[in-house]
Amino acid sequence: MFRGGVTGFRPKSIVSSTVSDSHTWNLIFMQLLLEEMGHEVVNIGACVPEELLADACLEHRPDLVVVSSVNGHGFNDALGLIRHLRAVPGLERIPLVVGGKLGVDGVRDVGFTRRLLNEGFDAVFAEHELGGFREFVSARGLRAVS
Amino acid sequence: MTADVDTTRPSFGDFVAAAQRNGHLVVQPRMGFGDLERMRAGLVATRAADAVSVGTLTLDSYTRTGDHEAARRALADGVKLNGYPIVARPDHETVELLDGVRDVAFPVQVRHGSSRPQDIFRTLTRLGLEATEGGPVSYCLPYSRTPLREAVDNWVESTELFAGSGADGRRPHLESFGGCMLGQLCPPSLLVAISLLEGVFFRQHGIRSVSLSYAQQIHPAQDEEAVLALRRLAVEYLPDTQWHIVFYAYMGVYPRSPRGAALLMEQAARTAVRAGAARVIVKTEAEAHRIPTVEENVRALEVSARAAETAGPPVTEAGESGVLAEARALVEAVLDIDPDIGRALPRAFERGRLDLPFCLHPDNRGQARSYIGDDGYLRWLSTGNMPIPVPVDSAVPSRLTADALLTMLHHVEQRYDRAT
Ligand code: B12
Repeated sequence: MFRGGVTGFRPKSIVSSTVSDSHTWNLIFMQLLLEEMGHEVVNIGACVPEELLADACLEHRPDLVVVSSVNGHGFNDALGLIRHLRAVPGLERIPLVVGGKLGVDGVRDVGFTRRLLNEGFDAVFAEHELGGFREFVSARGLRAVS
Repeated sequence: MTADVDTTRPSFGDFVAAAQRNGHLVVQPRMGFGDLERMRAGLVATRAADAVSVGTLTLDSYTRTGDHEAARRALADGVKLNGYPIVARPDHETVELLDGVRDVAFPVQVRHGSSRPQDIFRTLTRLGLEATEGGPVSYCLPYSRTPLREAVDNWVESTELFAGSGADGRRPHLESFGGCMLGQLCPPSLLVAISLLEGVFFRQHGIRSVSLSYAQQIHPAQDEEAVLALRRLAVEYLPDTQWHIVFYAYMGVYPRSPRGAALLMEQAARTAVRAGAARVIVKTEAEAHRIPTVEENVRALEVSARAAETAGPPVTEAGESGVLAEARALVEAVLDIDPDIGRALPRAFERGRLDLPFCLHPDNRGQARSYIGDDGYLRWLSTGNMPIPVPVDSAVPSRLTADALLTMLHHVEQRYDRAT
């Protein structure tokens, strides 16, 4: 997947909420952040059913899918989401990360995080881990090169 | 503490009116838990709080989006929900939950956030619950990707069902969420206009007791002006309706420190009283972090009630930054399209006569933008096709960066966290 060094490469990413989450300021923020890292971003918006996200992935073939949720159902919704997406032919290996305020208790649920990783997420970020997210994007070679 | 009302069945509108006559601001939490015992404890504690309070059942996100199966599964699997799943739970559980807590001296309101609320309204009417919240626009654009036309149809059906459930003129009660929309960075005139229009929409579909909302923004003087504008328009547009103003404590990114959160809540309660609102919905010191506990909610109710007592005299004249004129222009532009508000609203958004800044919903045009002025007022940067001229001294629109967005979103948080 190493893409660095190829001039003119412009990564494409999808920013999406989960099925039950209607918050959008987080999505707008993640879109701007990725655009500033040189990405072309498709922002799917709020309350995204799993099928809709799968269709969008098949249509846009993104280099990265960023799921953002803050309503407290994130862990639970992301579990359903990753099981659905990983079972769709063509999406078995598409890079997928999730982050935000994922539970209702304000703490990282270690068990849930492990389950999400086991089910196929490439990374799970807590709300303050934007630095880690940037490093992840760079390490995957998903920064635009001009 | 409770306000005296002389009816035998709970009437939310009468309760609030009586409290206002007696000089008490009604305080209300945004409380909702998936767990029955916790929810019950929350209602009992709200009632017992040292304040004139009303109770709340805030519903969870699965119920809001109509996925009652997911709510049932979560209950069965012990997954914690962000609210009370009133449809997924058998009716008898909700009856028991409210038994001996809810009565004429302690009305309970259901708050949800659903663009497809028919199941919720059917459940409410079955259970005899007389007060809830929402609106065809305010529960669609911030809460869903449902097409606005569909949301309007859903809300017509639901409002009419609700109106038929106890139509004695003072029950049932419906509150517009229009004064909040995305919670932050929407200039007051648009909030006032949407709230008013939804109130008239409820009236057109048979509801005779409504509340109009307005959420605290970033400048107390601008907020006072907005609430006075909303009251003025309500007098004109809701002549044969029982109405009051409900003021929401700040709905955007919250101070992280308990002290900053308390200061912001106190400001909300004072502004509410000064501007003539009858009820305030509080936030808590946990807002920035997680779902608040029962104790945090009670603390917030009492902090707000104490602040309300020292608010000082009501203001009769607010500053003139143009909120009333802008709101009136927006309301008239919508009514010009069609006097039937339900028919007018989707077209108004389609034509950009109403246009909500920073809203990702597909039916919103997205040509309007706002910014925070040097004077601390929330201002228009561009107004697209809305009937509002952009002031000549307005800032120059530039490309929005992630940092600039965060700075605006954290303006209030920073101010109050640093004041501590
Ligand atoms: C504004 C707001 C709303 C608005 C949203 C409008 C809209 N369409 O966006 C309204 C009022 C409509 C709303 C509704 C609800 N809300 Co709300 N809301 C907020 C509030 C006040 C601010 C959110 C915000 O704008 N943040 C600004 C953005 C930029 O920050 P952020 O979202 O935190 O994202 C940052 C990080 O989390 C992180 N991040 C986010 N995603 C990702 C992804 C990755 C990969 C990475 C690395 C990082 C990352 O980076 C971002 C920048 O720092 C917060 C509380 C607060 N923070 O003060 C509550 C809050 C998020 N809401 C909450 C809830 C529960 C709801 C409701 C379910 C109602 C309820 N039961 O109380 C409904 C949602 C219904 C639904 N179907 O989901 C809870 C969530 C609880 C939890 N997680 O424990 C909060 C925390 C409030 C609370 N304490 O109860 N809300």
